Amino acid sequence: MQKKLPLFLVLVTGIFGAVTYFIPHHSIQAVDETIRNDVMRIIAAFSLVLGVGSILQHHFTKIQRKAANWQYSWITVVTLFVSAIIGLFGGIDPTHPGILPTHIGNFSFHIQTLFVNMMIPLAATMFSLLAFFMASAAYRAFRARNFSATLLLAAAFVLMLGAVPLGRMIFHPLPSFAEWILAVPNTAAKRGINFGVQLGIFATSLKILLGIERGWLGGG
Amino acid sequence: MALSCIVALLLCSLSPPGSVAARDVPNDGGGNILVTWTASPDSDIVGYQVLRQTRGDTTWDTLTFAGRRATSYVDDAARNGVQYQYKIIAESNTEAAEAPVSGYATAVPQWFNFDSVPGLIGTVILSFILLYFINRARKNRNLFIRRISGLDAVDEALGRATEMGRPTLYVAGLSSIADVATIASLNILGEVAKKTAKFGTPLIVPSYDPIVYTVAREIVKESYTSVGRPDAFTQDIVFFVTDQQFAYAAAVDGIMTRERPATNFLIGMFYAEALILAETGASTGAVQIAGTDAVSQLPFFITACDYTLIGEELYAASAYLSREPLLLGGIKGQDYSKALIVIVIVVGTLLALAAGLPIANYL
Repeated sequence: MQKKLPLFLVLVTGIFGAVTYFIPHHSIQAVDETIRNDVMRIIAAFSLVLGVGSILQHHFTKIQRKAANWQYSWITVVTLFVSAIIGLFGGIDPTHPGILPTHIGNFSFHIQTLFVNMMIPLAATMFSLLAFFMASAAYRAFRARNFSATLLLAAAFVLMLGAVPLGRMIFHPLPSFAEWILAVPNTAAKRGINFGVQLGIFATSLKILLGIERGWLGGG
Repeated sequence: MALSCIVALLLCSLSPPGSVAARDVPNDGGGNILVTWTASPDSDIVGYQVLRQTRGDTTWDTLTFAGRRATSYVDDAARNGVQYQYKIIAESNTEAAEAPVSGYATAVPQWFNFDSVPGLIGTVILSFILLYFINRARKNRNLFIRRISGLDAVDEALGRATEMGRPTLYVAGLSSIADVATIASLNILGEVAKKTAKFGTPLIVPSYDPIVYTVAREIVKESYTSVGRPDAFTQDIVFFVTDQQFAYAAAVDGIMTRERPATNFLIGMFYAEALILAETGASTGAVQIAGTDAVSQLPFFITACDYTLIGEELYAASAYLSREPLLLGGIKGQDYSKALIVIVIVVGTLLALAAGLPIANYL
């Protein structure tokens, strides 16, 4: 029963989801919309509780065992509670105040203020690391070790040169050639991969619907 | 007053648009009426007023002001079963000219989208091919499947982690459970978890999405139980981190540098954080097996990881690792479906080329 019920639900909702693609009638689309949005949202809300439980359990275990760098776990737990209290009771921003005072003089620490002034800069910092990682990855990728790597190096050289004015000054048709590399061989390769991907998605979906693929149930 | 109107009409030199027609939009869920007209021949037109009147009403509602090149408008605010007629007024900067009113039209919801018939035919053909090979796999259990080096390396990579006494990290991507790539990744996680449970290698599965976390936890638990090691499963193996993209990347980078896993699996859907994770993993000296169907992230994984499952290989991995005959039959079916698509593309290209040649006259 523990396995048959999920399989039955997957079969019914999966077939229904596929059928809605062919039936545009609003009565069917409305049910589909409800399943996709409302039901998924309810499930997500429950799983979020499990997620928060997982964070707390994971970090409290670390603190309890005094595992390596356990002090950082305190920061995570305290931040989680503080942001939850501010988010739930402190209001969203100065125009939507909550029941708790979330400002000291002109300094506001509403949840939106915290998000904009802490989360976004921290995320931007992580994102900007990408530039350095790209440089180190490019250095490794563009070493002409074999024919494929040499071809990659040559194509990258042409593309980079074709994208700057210097490229046109050196050789007039270079930008057009760079564009051709992107539009023809590159697109052809991408489409080839995409065909395989779409077929893989189709086959996986069919196998899951028919209960042949049960890895998502933990096997068996 | 009447005289001034007659004078205005006599002085109006603007040509009105012609042939105003209204009809239900086909193959939709209702609520849409398509209004078409032929453009006014005057070059000083600035646009067209589209007006609607419900049958029985006397007033006209303005729907939109369409640009000078427009010759159609979809009224998406129509109520099903209600009759409407439409009026188009061409306007220049100084004048306006009204076309004859359209006939009545009614929006009707459809029970079948005939535009999707090619999709339906394709679905039926591909399903038939897949089911045929799955069925054949029931009888002949020794199907030949080409080698996928990234998957052949799984045992070796996990063995290395076991020998070194270091953990294995499994990242199931940054997408939701609604993404098939995530489901494919979770299928692979099940097989990897069976092996780590067998070898006694610690496994770390930080999750990005709360639903994926819940499913991943059950899969790993089930895998540990299926190989007779339920005691080895702890709640610490799979845990939820955050659903913020770069916060998650920072957390996983932290795990890589602190715990120094001997093997990293980066399998599923990835976005801009792909290279951040893969390069950090490479810098710790871990064996890295990546797999994604995100074409834009594949070059980063190929560069920074030891093995990369490209596109469809991600979907074949679960079958390849489990060696389950029915699943392998599905891969065989995929390969034949691909061959069919290649044939259709080649034949279509040849026909398209032939259409441009003089031979087309004789076809």
